[in-house]
Amino acid sequence: MPSHDRRLIGAALVLLCGVAAADTVYVTLEKDDAIAVIDGATGIRTRTARIGKRPRGIALAKDGKNLYVAASDSDAIQVIDAGTLNVTGTLPAGKDPETFAMDPDDRFLYVSNEDDGRVTVIDIAARKAVKEIPVGIEPEGIAVSPDGRWVVSTSETTNMAHWIDRAKLEVVDNTLVDPRPRAATFTADSRQLWVSSEIAGTVTVIDTETRQPLKTISFKIAGVTPEKVQPVGIRIDPARRYAYVALGPANRVAVVDAQKLEVKDYLLVGQRVWNLEFSPDFGRLYTTNGLSNDVSIIDLASHKVTKSVAVGSHPWGVAVRP
Amino acid sequence: MTPALALKLLIRFNRLSACAGRILLSSGIVALALFQAAALGGPAPVRRQTPAPVAAPQAVERLTLAYLGQLAEAAAVRPYFEPVVADRGVQGARLGLVDDNTTGRFTRQEFALAETRLAPGDDAEAAFKRLVADGRRFILVDLKPEVLRRLAALPQAHDVLLLDVSSRDDALRGGDCASNVLHLLPSRAMRADALSQYLAKKKWTRWFLAVGPAPEDRLFADALKRSAKRFGMKIVAEKTWTHSFDDRKTPESEVPVFTQGSDYDLVLVADEAGSFGDILSYRTWLPRPVAGTQGLVPSAWHHTLEAWGAIQLQNRFRQQAGRWMTEADYGAWLAVRAIGEAATRTRSLEFEAIRSYLLSDGFALAGFKGVPLSFRRWDGQLRQPVLLVQERSLVAVAPVEGFAHPKNELDSLGYDEPETSCRAKP
Repeated sequence: MPSHDRRLIGAALVLLCGVAAADTVYVTLEKDDAIAVIDGATGIRTRTARIGKRPRGIALAKDGKNLYVAASDSDAIQVIDAGTLNVTGTLPAGKDPETFAMDPDDRFLYVSNEDDGRVTVIDIAARKAVKEIPVGIEPEGIAVSPDGRWVVSTSETTNMAHWIDRAKLEVVDNTLVDPRPRAATFTADSRQLWVSSEIAGTVTVIDTETRQPLKTISFKIAGVTPEKVQPVGIRIDPARRYAYVALGPANRVAVVDAQKLEVKDYLLVGQRVWNLEFSPDFGRLYTTNGLSNDVSIIDLASHKVTKSVAVGSHPWGVAVRP
Repeated sequence: MTPALALKLLIRFNRLSACAGRILLSSGIVALALFQAAALGGPAPVRRQTPAPVAAPQAVERLTLAYLGQLAEAAAVRPYFEPVVADRGVQGARLGLVDDNTTGRFTRQEFALAETRLAPGDDAEAAFKRLVADGRRFILVDLKPEVLRRLAALPQAHDVLLLDVSSRDDALRGGDCASNVLHLLPSRAMRADALSQYLAKKKWTRWFLAVGPAPEDRLFADALKRSAKRFGMKIVAEKTWTHSFDDRKTPESEVPVFTQGSDYDLVLVADEAGSFGDILSYRTWLPRPVAGTQGLVPSAWHHTLEAWGAIQLQNRFRQQAGRWMTEADYGAWLAVRAIGEAATRTRSLEFEAIRSYLLSDGFALAGFKGVPLSFRRWDGQLRQPVLLVQERSLVAVAPVEGFAHPKNELDSLGYDEPETSCRAKP
């Protein structure tokens, strides 16, 4: 079938499923101390607003009203009105917050504090740190299981995923992973944890029940030396059909068959791709490309990169609002 | 404190610095006790959970590494504003130990460090033999190349791994190499190639080579010449700087004359002791930049490096040592981390298991320079990026984009497998 026809059918399917809904994409710009806003459907940048210093991790509240942004050099997580982009408050995030994860019930934020080897638990409503949990050296990735049982923190120099029992807020188990773990993501059913290891160039898939690795996925790209393959961000679709892995300076997103745990394809995006986010309808994937200063938009029906949007200096994190 | 006083204070002392490890370990044991309680007494989970697999409380295993360092006699008087570093290297090893023990508290492995720091003139051979007699088999060394060469050849060194945390000597990695030595810092050849790649990119290909009087200066000049040939540079003039003790000579009068007579793109200086290289900038006959041991300097580690999480290591080091991390500190940190990483992956503290893992394909060390580091099997050199720095700015990182290599771009720096003259592979 000519690709032209395939595209038409794809478009028809998209229309049938009613998934062409508009969405708003928020991108933190690490070197611009700003946040850029993109209209997801058109791929047009609509706004840029100054926020705190060195913004990196970003998440949207469940009700879609507030954005939370880790302003690393301001030592705070800023609360930002998603409509006006005004900073309306700050959460005490400890020193140099980089990444954080939201509770399934929107009550707590879990923050990686790289400098002092701790995970800080913040009560969002009270705007207060309620607990600090010691983990390994340089905690980086953090994830909360959708069933609410686990908080997992990965430490870059200790090379472990630390399993924090969310009810007790204590580390109860540790899984050794490959060197320099970056991001951690649970599958929608909470049964698997995926951890990317930047220096080893691998993703470890861990069984939640046993906390033992099921498989380590590696990536081989023709014409790219193995040292350039540095996996960071991971997104897995809710049906666990495909997982997408940002491969950093390899400038590609890997498409992984999430059932067989095998790489299906590599999609060429911008330079040093770090973080990923789905559109609310799972029809598109947005990538932040730190060195080419743009966001790539991937159409997930066809697995094709459809657009790149110039956003500003060093795009880092991405969140999407319906 | 004057350097002389610092040296006097540095009378040889031995010390076991496992206390940091012990503190971490005891907190680790407490944490492990909590693991079980939490796993069994947690709230009703959504799905049935097996208890966390911590039920078998294995005994903690322990490995003691050794550090053998000897201060060199200061070759030149350091300027008063340069801080005296009397504990170079060993501070890096101590930080590596903390890092290893943090992982170790989860893997039931504990690391300690036996420190031996010698004053100039002390007997390094006797100290080395004592360490071996005490059962130390991983020995970090911060020693002059000729001393390291002698120790590595001793019968006592046969079943020992020496981790050279400070030398840059090409002969130690080439014709004089030993199978029981690994080198953590870049060789002179790697540094020269890093500079060449960047200068080739800038098309600054015509060099004026200014060489100091010390034997080490000649060695770096040789590395620069080899590199010039490799990357198609042209050395249009080469002059040796001599120190004449003539009071009438001043930098203002001498440098312009020294650098006169030919045209070139930049001055390449080989002055490892820092006796004249710093006076060249802004005094050359032609307005030309300076690179080499001064000016734009190739370095394994530098305080301007923040990327790739390096700022974390810089901060942790500074908090511990109260100063910036030197190259030797970075070398020692890498050595301790390399052993820790091998121990974690092999789940073993056995000498042979760790040694062979260090040289295996699976070994990948995170050294905060953006790519995995590993050892070249042909000469025991740690392959790594080289920073090109000036005091307050990181100018570039080699390998420079565009210098490809069929296997690993890091092997575009220094002696590649087909070029090595090392015959005693580790």
